[in-house]
Order: sequence, then C-alpha cells, then structure tokens
Amino acid sequence: MVVTDVKLAVRDLNILYGSQQALSGVSLDVHEHEIFGIIGPAGSGKTSFLRTLNRMEMLQENMTVDGSIVFDGHDISEIKNVYALRRRIGVVFPLPVGLPLSIYDNVALAPRLSGIKDKSALDEIVEQCLMRAALWDEVKDRLDVLGSLLSGGQQQRLTIARALSQDPELLLLDEFSIAVDPVTTMRIEDVLKELKEEITIILVTNLVQQARRLADRTAFFLDGKLIEVGETEALFSGEVKDRRTLDYLEGRFG
Amino acid sequence: MTHSEGDGGVSGPSLMFAATPLNTRNHRLQWLFRALFGLMTLILVVPVGIIFGVLLVRGGPAISFEFLFSYPSDGMTAGGIWPALVGTIWLVAVSLVASVPVGVAAAIYLSEYASDSWLTRGINLAIINLAGVPSIVHALFGVGAFVIFAGFGTSILAASLTLAVMTLPLVIVATRESLQAVPMAFREACWNMGATRWQTIRTVVLPNAISGILTGVILSVSRTAGETAPIMFTGAAFFFPFLPTSVFDQTMAMAMHLFVISTAVPGAPDELKYGTALTLITLVLLMNAGSIWFRSYLRGKKKW
Repeated sequence: MVVTDVKLAVRDLNILYGSQQALSGVSLDVHEHEIFGIIGPAGSGKTSFLRTLNRMEMLQENMTVDGSIVFDGHDISEIKNVYALRRRIGVVFPLPVGLPLSIYDNVALAPRLSGIKDKSALDEIVEQCLMRAALWDEVKDRLDVLGSLLSGGQQQRLTIARALSQDPELLLLDEFSIAVDPVTTMRIEDVLKELKEEITIILVTNLVQQARRLADRTAFFLDGKLIEVGETEALFSGEVKDRRTLDYLEGRFG
Repeated sequence: MTHSEGDGGVSGPSLMFAATPLNTRNHRLQWLFRALFGLMTLILVVPVGIIFGVLLVRGGPAISFEFLFSYPSDGMTAGGIWPALVGTIWLVAVSLVASVPVGVAAAIYLSEYASDSWLTRGINLAIINLAGVPSIVHALFGVGAFVIFAGFGTSILAASLTLAVMTLPLVIVATRESLQAVPMAFREACWNMGATRWQTIRTVVLPNAISGILTGVILSVSRTAGETAPIMFTGAAFFFPFLPTSVFDQTMAMAMHLFVISTAVPGAPDELKYGTALTLITLVLLMNAGSIWFRSYLRGKKKW
C-alpha cells in the first residue's frame, strides 16, 4: 500500500467519559478501499472509537476526545460543517434501527435531508441501495410498508441500505451481524466485499472469523489500548508482536 | 385447586409438576394482588359512575334544544345556557392557541436541545411548581398581568391567557415525556446521517411523539373548560346576554355560570343546575373524544 492511500489517519487518540478513560493513545491508519477490522473484547473501546470518527462525541455530554483524526486530509476537529462530515460517513449499529418510516422513506431520508427532491432520482437511489444491501428482491413490492415491520435481518439490511443512501466514502459497521442469521450475514459479507471496490469500510466485530473472512488488515483493541494492527492473514497465521493478540484470536483469553 | 393429586406415590413426571409450598404461596399472592388491584380500579370507577348517573337522572330532563340554544331569562332562573356554552368554547380555543405552541416548543427545547445543567433543572422545577399553584393565585396573577398591566381589560383574551398559563405545565410535561419516550437510537441514526437536530426532530421525533402530546392537550382542554377561579376576575361575566364578537369582549362561561346559579341566584331550579353541569361535562367529553379519535387516527398511521 502506498502512503497517499491513507483515508483516515488517527494519532494519539484519547477518549474519556467523564474521568474514565475509554481509549488511550491510539494511532492507526486506514487505507482507501480496504476493509479495516477491529476486534477486541467488550469494553475495549471499539464503539467509542467509531463514535469519534464522525464527531458524535459532540452530542454526548460527558465525552471528551483529544488527539488528531485526519479524514481525507482534513483534521475533523477543525471541520465546521460536521453535518457534511457525517453525510460522508455511513454508520450501521449492532441492532437494526428501522426508523418508524416506510421502507422507501427509510432509504430516501438521507438523500432528502441533503436536498434531493426529484422523485425519479430518489426512486433510483432507493432501488440501487436496496439492491446493494441485498434486500431489494424481498421488499420491492411493498416499499410503502413500515421498515420496522421487517424481520430483524431484513431491518439490518435496510439499515445498511440507509447508510449507503448517503453515498458515503467511509462505512462504519459496528457488530452488524449480532441480530442477523448466518445466511444473511454471508450475503451482507459478500456485499461488503464488493463495496470495498468503491469505498472504505471499518468493521468492528466480535466474531474473530468474520474479521478473518473480510478484513484486509485488523486491529486488536484491549482495555482501551491498541495492542497491535497488521495484515489479517499474517495475524491469523501467528505473526503477532504481542502474545495477547494470538491468545485472543485463538480463543484462549482470560 | 388440586395440586396435591400427583403427590400420592404416583409416577415421576406427575410429581415433577406437583405444586411445592412455594408455588402455592406464589399462586395465592398472585391472586391476592390481582384482586387488590382490581378493587382499586373499581373504586376509581365508582365516583365517575355516580356523578354521571346523578347528572343524567336529574339534569337529563332539562336538556332540550331550547335549553342549549337560548339565553338565560328571568334573572337566570329560567331559559338556556347558549352564551355560556359559546363562551366556554371561546375560552378553550383561545387558551389552546396560546398554550399549545408555547408549551410544545418549550418541551422540545428542554428535551431535545437543553443540556442537563443547573439552569434546566431549575426550569423543570419551576414548571412542576407552576402546576402546583392554586388556581385562585393564577387568577390574581391574570388580573395583574393581563387585565391591568397588558391592558386587555376583563376579556376573553385575558381569561384565556390566564387559563393558558395554568395549563402550560400539563402541556409541557406531557410533551416532554412523550418526546423522551422516542428511542434514542432513532435520533442517533438520524444524526449519523448528517441530519441537524431540527431535521431529526421534524422527521423522526415529533411524528412519534404526537399522540402523547395530544394526551397533554386533552388534559388541558378538560382543565380549561372546567376551571372557574382563573376566569372569575379576568373575563367571565356574571351575566352577559350577548355572544362575544371578539377576544376583547367579556363572556359568560359554563363553569362560571354553574357557580353563579348555584350560589348567587336564589330560586334557580335544581334542574337548571344539573342540566348545566351535564352539558359542561358532555362538552368536555366531546372535545376529549375528538382528540382521542384524532390520536388513534395518527396512531393508525404509524409506526414502530
């Protein structure tokens, strides 16, 4: 990988909730068009890390962040228009959030918020995003049904479609497969592999094997610290710098 | 109950489902609490039933087209209640126009924008205290603020604004509660898309809170229509045999009229009093029914 490919450069990132340190001294680079896996046990700071990337900490009262995050060459702490930043970063949560709107409106929401009003343009975005999220065939005849009435796995794909409707350059996935059956998970994983041709993906996952299947490089977080980051295949074949990484990967932890 | 059946040296499986002493105790407790809660519900319903029964029996015969749509006559010992009926509708309508926008906006601010500081906690405390202020104090405030200081005189406007101040806490609290019942995840999902707070409120939060907000409005309608003290000095007339033509007119009002014919008009027939009370309650019920219908209509269109 070439240096100019860096999509996201994180340096000395610290995150605090009140006086409690959630993440300390994390530095890493995420390259363009890669799936960057983040693994680690609960409470290791993975989700907090994702939240800082689109400046959601601004909306949480006791959360403070210092260090630098450079997205596409811009220090995000200096970006005045955080809404524009957030539009370029799609987020998918662990549990599906089907907004209480129709399937169509769920996917059309982000484009509408950014000012697209033309019906045929919206139609096309909705169709395209639902297709990319592998949901179109199941819902194309009932786009006016409430999104929250879909099954859990369908709702999660709807959430992914919604994230894609922002036309993001960076997609953050936070344990997306928790509420999804294995077959759907595989379908979404295939989608992600295709998506990385166009965008950059950060994948936080509890499933070590999912990181192995998808991630080009993987970072291991533990107790708010970045233990190491490396090529996924190398890590899984045992080329680790830290013993604890191998223990975690092989399920010999604690 | 025949829990002991399986105990008599029968086979294993039936023993397995035999009630232990703890099960039996839990069953009894469960029955006891169910009965207790049911009884409390009954106690709640009884006074409502009695009030309605008595009003229907004693006031029902008084209700007629003429009673509803004619003016009081013979020193208010005969005739109808038309100006009071119209006056109450004016008062409720004008006070809703004042209290709902202010209350809903304040609740949105407190729930969606304000950070948790000593200031917002103070404001919340003030709102709760406002709800506890006796209505006669509201009346005196209304006289000072609206009748005299603002120069509205004794008028529908002054009375309605007094009522609005009184019902504001109801609207604010109901709105705030229903806004906070909207899952945080919905907001976060929107914010993550780059929506501003207002876009989030408009597209996701308000549509899901609207039925709770209407509940607050319903409560305040009942309260507004039924209050006497706040309007007594601010706009309700003892006897005003004209229909109001603007918000600067005085008016009669149902609750006030009932108070007057019950206490200050010797010789007013009981039938008239009961009939007035029945009409007032029916009017409030109709307004409530309207909002409840509207609420379930909105609920039918949604949501999660």
